[in-house]
Amino acid sequence: MAATLDLPAPRPQRAPRSPGAIFLRRILMSWQGLFGVVVLGIIVALGLLAPWISPYSPIEIDPENFSGPPSAAHWFGTDEIGRDVLSRVLHGATVSLQVVVFSIGIALVAGSILGLISGWLGGRWDALIMRIMDAFLAFPLLVLALSIVAVLGPDLINAMLAIAITKMPGFARLVRSEVLTLREVDYVSAAEAAGASPFHIITRHIWPNVSGNVIVYGSLSASQALITESALSFLGLGVQPPTPSWGYMVATGIQFYQSWWMSFFPGLAIFLTVLAFNFLGDAIRDAFDTRLGGSDG
Amino acid sequence: MLPYLAKKLAQMLPVAFFVTVIVFSLTNLLPGDPTVTILGEQATPEQRAAVRIEYGLDQPAPLRYITWIGRVVQGDFGRSLRTREDVGAMLAARVPVTLQLGFLSILIAVVIGLPAGILAARFRGTAIDVVVSFTAMSSVAIPYFWMGVLLIMLFSLKLGWLPPSGHARFFDDPVLNMRLMAMPALTIGSAFAALVMRQTRASMLQVLSQDYVRTARAKGLSETTVLFRHALRNALIPVVTVIGLQIGALLGGAVVTETVFALPGLGRMLVDGIFQRDFPVIQGAILFIVVAVFVVNLLTDLLYRSFDPRVKV
Repeated sequence: MAATLDLPAPRPQRAPRSPGAIFLRRILMSWQGLFGVVVLGIIVALGLLAPWISPYSPIEIDPENFSGPPSAAHWFGTDEIGRDVLSRVLHGATVSLQVVVFSIGIALVAGSILGLISGWLGGRWDALIMRIMDAFLAFPLLVLALSIVAVLGPDLINAMLAIAITKMPGFARLVRSEVLTLREVDYVSAAEAAGASPFHIITRHIWPNVSGNVIVYGSLSASQALITESALSFLGLGVQPPTPSWGYMVATGIQFYQSWWMSFFPGLAIFLTVLAFNFLGDAIRDAFDTRLGGSDG
Repeated sequence: MLPYLAKKLAQMLPVAFFVTVIVFSLTNLLPGDPTVTILGEQATPEQRAAVRIEYGLDQPAPLRYITWIGRVVQGDFGRSLRTREDVGAMLAARVPVTLQLGFLSILIAVVIGLPAGILAARFRGTAIDVVVSFTAMSSVAIPYFWMGVLLIMLFSLKLGWLPPSGHARFFDDPVLNMRLMAMPALTIGSAFAALVMRQTRASMLQVLSQDYVRTARAKGLSETTVLFRHALRNALIPVVTVIGLQIGALLGGAVVTETVFALPGLGRMLVDGIFQRDFPVIQGAILFIVVAVFVVNLLTDLLYRSFDPRVKV
């Protein structure tokens, strides 16, 4: 049982702020954070609202208008079989963001569990798990993701899994190294001496101290996940047509250079989203950093 | 240096073992019947059985792994299922293309990134710093394939300066070779330039805040001497390391870039292999890439140690 400490009550004249609120304020105070939150917010909103706000269906074919340039009727033009590029870009947002969220989520959970086991057990298990993780890290990200998708077959779920597997070793290594340090900390030894179960120690004493860095790492990995997803789709190994996907749209656009709008707008969408993820990731890292009193690396 | 190298290689051995297991398992789990890839749809069961024996596909997986690794160690990567071409020979033909692409990319990255990083550090907090840093932030966010498309639109379609894609061997036609290599190298190079710039800026800032730089300034040395003779020399070490450690990312970028520009390199070989379910080709290409990353990382490590006498060998 964790003993509770009687802290002096917060002074009533100031509204108490939760750590979450303080954290959010820190992110929004930096212009990177603000840019990231606003741009991602807009992209998520547009993506979620796509079924209602997009002017056409993403797979509807306009036989009168093949490869039409941007116009009043089609702001981003139409593609080689007459589909509205704007509608497809809007619908593509949820597809790409879904891959990012789920792949990072899976990698975070699986990698953290492996890292906790590895760091806590130590010895042979640690050596085995870490050598396997090192082996995965030896592959260039895209090459590994590509090979996994080649085995599993190209589709949305498999792209998620492939990206998750490539990102998992990073989480495992991070968590493991933190656990190794925390094992030696007095309050962990005390809990152990008091007879707390490993599960209790890991969930109550270790994980809360690791989770911050894990979140930072996760947010910094988001842009990489998106770039990998779009590269897989670009190569034809990600989301399969007719589902709209930004990477695949650029790939088809390449075959029709004269219709620059076909590849320009989906590429722009990827670029802006990656940029927003990068800025937000940096802001989240900095927000955690000041709380820990760390210096600028 | 030698004992260190031996220790490092010994550490790598178990990792290398798992790497080969991963590559082997991946390619052996490939869906589809390899005999269909080799013989096509119309073959009789007897023909398929014969091919299975020829390729050792009737053996259990661990045994196949041992046979495979034994051959790979001797430099025998097998033959392509489609073209019957020797995979080793394919690698020999394609690696130079990727090597040239990588070399030119790093050259561009250093030529752009190094001065930009020095400028940003020297004029920290000014408009120059903001512009350089923002450009770097943007260029790492551009996916390689989109960068490729934008370059083709600008240089091939709009200006008509460069051919959009294709390849010519350097020794056949050096001018055409460079004209075709310019855009692919710029595609990867611009992203790497951002990396080089950021690292140069960070390590220059760190070095510039040190006592010996202040001493050099106090002695009345010119700012140029301080920057280039005193600061840059030490700031370069982490820059070289970053370039070396990112070699994997560079090869990943080559996969996409070679596809955009139709370059017959290693990355293209891998992608084609995947689409054709040609497992000896995939195995060969992936193994070569991983080994290349290993070797470059090791060299970077050694270089780092020889640069910085404080790091004990």
